[in-house]
Amino acid sequence: MRAVLIAVRTLAREWRSGELGVLLLALTIAVAALSAVGFVVSRVSAAVELQASEVLAADLRLVSANPLPEAYIAEARRRGLATGSSVGMLSIVFHGETSQLSALHAVGPAYPLRGTVVIATESFGTPQDAAVGVPPRGEVWPESRLLAAIGAEVGDEVSIGAASFRVGRALVTRPDQGSSFAELAPSLLLNVEDLPATQLIQPGSRVRHAQLFAGDRDDVDAFKAWIGENKQPGERVLDITESSPQVRDATDRAGRFLSLASLVAVLLCSIAVAMAARRYVQRHLDSVALMKTLGATRAFTLTVSLVQIGLLALIAAAIGAAAGFVAQAWLVRALRGLLAVASLPPPSLVPIVMAVVTAFAVLAGFALPPLLQLSRVPAIRVLRRDVGPPPLVIWLAFWPAVIAIVGLIYWVVRDVPLLLGFTGGLAVFVAVLALFGVLLVRLTGSLRSRVGVAWRYGIANLARRRAESVVQVVAFGLGIMVLLLLALVRRDLLEDWRASLPADVPNFFFVNIPSADREAFLSFIDGAGAEASRALPMIRGRLTTINDRPLEDMSFNNEGGEGLANREQNLTWASELGDDNQIVAGRWWGPQDTGQPLVSIATEFRDSVGLKLGDRLTFDIAGETFEVTVASIRQVKWDSFQPNFFLVFPPGLLDATAGTWMTSAYFAPGKPRPIAQLVRRFPSVSVFDMDNILGQVRGVIDKAAVAVQSVFVFTLLAGLTVLLAAVQASRDERRFESAMLRTLGASRRTVRAGVLAEFITLGLLAGLLAALGASVGGYLIAKHVLEVKYTFDAWVWAWGLGAGTALVAGGGWLATRSVVDQSPLLTLRGG
Amino acid sequence: MSARPMTTRDIVLKAENITKQVTSPEGPLTIVRDVSLEIVAGESVAIVGPSGAGKSTLLALLAGLDTPTSGRVWLAGQDLTALDEDGRARLRAERVGFVFQAFHLVPALTALENVSLPLELAGRADARRLATATLDRVGLSARTGHYPRQLSGGEQQRVALARAFVTRPAVLFADEPTGNLDATNGTRVCDLLFELNRDLHTTIVLVTHDHALAGRCTRALHMDDGRIV
Repeated sequence: MRAVLIAVRTLAREWRSGELGVLLLALTIAVAALSAVGFVVSRVSAAVELQASEVLAADLRLVSANPLPEAYIAEARRRGLATGSSVGMLSIVFHGETSQLSALHAVGPAYPLRGTVVIATESFGTPQDAAVGVPPRGEVWPESRLLAAIGAEVGDEVSIGAASFRVGRALVTRPDQGSSFAELAPSLLLNVEDLPATQLIQPGSRVRHAQLFAGDRDDVDAFKAWIGENKQPGERVLDITESSPQVRDATDRAGRFLSLASLVAVLLCSIAVAMAARRYVQRHLDSVALMKTLGATRAFTLTVSLVQIGLLALIAAAIGAAAGFVAQAWLVRALRGLLAVASLPPPSLVPIVMAVVTAFAVLAGFALPPLLQLSRVPAIRVLRRDVGPPPLVIWLAFWPAVIAIVGLIYWVVRDVPLLLGFTGGLAVFVAVLALFGVLLVRLTGSLRSRVGVAWRYGIANLARRRAESVVQVVAFGLGIMVLLLLALVRRDLLEDWRASLPADVPNFFFVNIPSADREAFLSFIDGAGAEASRALPMIRGRLTTINDRPLEDMSFNNEGGEGLANREQNLTWASELGDDNQIVAGRWWGPQDTGQPLVSIATEFRDSVGLKLGDRLTFDIAGETFEVTVASIRQVKWDSFQPNFFLVFPPGLLDATAGTWMTSAYFAPGKPRPIAQLVRRFPSVSVFDMDNILGQVRGVIDKAAVAVQSVFVFTLLAGLTVLLAAVQASRDERRFESAMLRTLGASRRTVRAGVLAEFITLGLLAGLLAALGASVGGYLIAKHVLEVKYTFDAWVWAWGLGAGTALVAGGGWLATRSVVDQSPLLTLRGG
Repeated sequence: MSARPMTTRDIVLKAENITKQVTSPEGPLTIVRDVSLEIVAGESVAIVGPSGAGKSTLLALLAGLDTPTSGRVWLAGQDLTALDEDGRARLRAERVGFVFQAFHLVPALTALENVSLPLELAGRADARRLATATLDRVGLSARTGHYPRQLSGGEQQRVALARAFVTRPAVLFADEPTGNLDATNGTRVCDLLFELNRDLHTTIVLVTHDHALAGRCTRALHMDDGRIV
């Protein structure tokens, strides 16, 4: 208790002397970085959980590409369950000549069985209470953003396929909006009775039929078991536990990624904490020795330091968590639009626990070892200043830090392989950066003899405190590098990729072209002055066995394989091999192979499902069974924007099966695009505007990049704390040096110029490292991810060097100014 | 010299054949060689001698700040060499006071807090009252709220004296107590030191180069090359 009192009393005094500022700042930034991301992740996860219960609009949902048998509904009703239905598809909605691709949901009168539909009386209007019933016949409820896109308002007429409707209300939310296959497209509700009038559904159309069931939990479970035994292939049962796993997985992954990004800041702050703790120890050697002389035990002095540092941790956790809360609001704003829900639930309190744990873990790992050492300083130091504490045992100097950092990483990722990967990767990355840092600092040191006195003094300082210089160069370089790289990807690489595509690459995709309309459709495109690429048939089929083994008995290593193997596939047949396809194994078929039971697979399908040439696959296509042999494997250049398929059959084999056709076409910019007439004439055809979709993809990448960049701003701030800690550690030395120089006749101006030269050099080195790293990163992403030619970016270097110099020179200058300006007399007298 | 004959009961500090050896780059170095001495309660003893004679090391050994390589030391009846570091610290808290050349005040604490510190370490409830009274005694009642850096050298050393005497220690060890002070302040601190020694019957052991100070002690021990000569 006495120790606590003394600790509190001296802490207040030390705080006023500015000694503990850097320690507190470093801890606060570490906590803020981790808790900001923690708050965002908790809010998004809560939203995903909340959605999951309503995402089905039912307790159980049966979905299929084909209409579902009445027998299911009869059985459900017999068991006392409520039932409802929904039919979903993509189609164009018109208002005059303006159109927008939208996700149509034709719903029956009982919809939704769970959750509520929220509507408004005007576009972007105040949400009303839950809608009563579904749109009456002849009326539709489009989302406000759909209305905005087509310039319509509530009360206007819109046309869908062959029918016209009045906009009755604006749709705000509906429960199952996360489960649709086209989450990017705005949705529209219409009455299922109106669906035939639109003529949208043709044989082979891409439609998603859903039957909804709800009731008592036991009844639902029993019915689920029954339907599990009776359902047909291609019909999938979704219940709450397995709804939208992709969304949850994606959220989990994104959350982990952002948390790991924030951990980089935590790591840098930890370095600053270690430096500040060392300084704390140096400054307290005398007072601890004195306390011991006056009768304090080792435990007592240790308690005093621990209480002080612990109090600092609590203060840092409180301020950091508050700062994190403010930062998360900014992050959520940056992410708005990426998330399906309009507003997020409030964050949980878990990140606050995380804040406290982070602060204490960083202290335990990086500050505790030097503090333990401090408590071992012998009392004799009061008489002999040269006596310090015994040297730190190696394991104590090293392991607590490693355990704290690895522990924090594990806490964030909760996954051993990812932990090992990240830790190993980070260690290698930092080692490479450090190596470059050492090289740069050495190289600079060798320039000393060629510069003026101020620069020589500055560079000499860098070289003398080499370890600290390298740490600062790496800390700053890392922060700036990541920000530059993200900007590079956003600004240039995506543009480069778009520009790398040929000018006349198709910009419109058309699917669901009925066989009977194929010729008419193609001549319509031709007549519109556009150039259609190849048209390929599109047939739905399901893979059932591989080499006579039923798929149900097989397990796949990756989700992709599972999905490819278990869902209905889009199949096609073709006689010609497009120039965007290249055979990598086997051979393409000739005229003699017409009608032969063969299949050509894409490399992605081969890898996901694990196939090789000669494997026998059985497909169920519209109830008919086909057994085929893998005859060739193709490498497909998907960004040719031509119709391409994983599975291609030879002509003459599937010709008789019902299917639709797809094609793509290039409409030159500036010319009128007769899409409205096209859709009116071929109402079942779905149109995808690639420019629009690329724009949306770009929007998503932009938002994600802004979010990641925001997190890495913490890394930059952490770099600043490392700089401050390093300056503080060298304060006494600097004060003495500057006093000596000035006593020897150097003007204040020369001393200042020397210090400025030191930090400008440090900043240039950090900027150089950052620009180099960002350019190498950009090159790797260009070459391996986007597969475009990397073009040199001068602005990366300009920004890297400029930002590095401005930040480091500015920060260092501000931090050392008071030291340099102090009167030499005062310093040399020990004041 | 004390007028009273020494009795075992009165011996407050006793060293028996103490030697201190340290390892230096040139090999083992003996700083204190086979020193034996006895000091009785109320005595004031000056340890004098040239620089490097081992005076400060002997002081540290007698005060239990350091341990001898061989030999034993008794302070207030306790065998220091049998105690561990914390045991010696507790004994210092109860029976020993210190004054140093460089004052060694805790910069983060006020004058009053510095004087209270040893009382607080010993768990005394009336620390503040006693500290205030002792500061008054050294003539610094107007400076209780000042931090060390706001005090002159002489004032700092008077705070240090107050801190040393506030626990009414059996023995006060002083290492060059006037070494950092000018003549006027040095004399003033000396006067206070012996005044307190007389009033509180505290034994004083001090190391000094100051002949005037050594002359005011009841006994002087001359050291050279680690021995008392």
